[in-house]
Amino acid sequence: MHDYASMVEMLREIQALEFAVYDLALFLDTHPCDRRALEDRNKLVNRLNQLRKMFEDRFGPLRLDSFESQFPYRYINDPWPWEIHY
Amino acid sequence: MWFYEKKLQYPANVRGCDLNMAKYLFAQYGGPDSELSAAVRYLTQRYTMPIPQAKALLTDIGTEELAHWEIIGTLIYKLTEDATPEQLRAAGLGDHFAQHDKALYPHDAAGVPWTAAYIQATGDPITDLHENMAAEQKARTTYEHLISLTDDDGVIATLSFLREREVVHFQRFGEALMLVKEHYEHKHIFY
Repeated sequence: MHDYASMVEMLREIQALEFAVYDLALFLDTHPCDRRALEDRNKLVNRLNQLRKMFEDRFGPLRLDSFESQFPYRYINDPWPWEIHY
Repeated sequence: MWFYEKKLQYPANVRGCDLNMAKYLFAQYGGPDSELSAAVRYLTQRYTMPIPQAKALLTDIGTEELAHWEIIGTLIYKLTEDATPEQLRAAGLGDHFAQHDKALYPHDAAGVPWTAAYIQATGDPITDLHENMAAEQKARTTYEHLISLTDDDGVIATLSFLREREVVHFQRFGEALMLVKEHYEHKHIFY
């Protein structure tokens, strides 16, 4: 299904970006005064939020407090993470 | 508090049904050095950490371990999805099927249920951080064993990612240990 393929493609982009944010977060936990790491983190967070918003508009919320959901509530929809072929 | 995010931290694909590998992967799902043990260990110890860096790190690594637990669960789910009871029995998962069908019950590769006795929280930050560094190394070794037990490229890619995270966490815990030691060496006397 074409839509499924683009959903997975976008999800993989989010995974990559969010991983970079998370890895930098752990680094910043022990290096809170590293300005370069913080700037990288801030840039990546902005891109992540844009991408997440685009994904959620098309495929439904990733979190239960994501931007407002269309009717009916789409958070519950399949596929759940363990059911996706990446 | 926590919010669930409806995505895996890293993709998890399998070539097809592989019940032997599923059985081995239970080591990291409910074994002594499993992702579950790691999550509960760090999220328990964080309350008695003396400095902000360590409180943050244990919270964030503990949270990441829950995401890893979900990845291992996904691999086992996918590897067992199409199996019949006969096949499960032939692969040594008959005991599991009798009690749990294909449910993802936390036990180790030999079927021993998960227990909090696998972890420690002593209230001594230096002791606890040493435990965590050892735990990361034990998990890294387990991932190396698991990688050598499969030729499924998808499973290998996912396990390699998880193995690398153990290395990064070990490094971060080492830094936290250094910061905690500095904290104790500094004299807190104001006169």
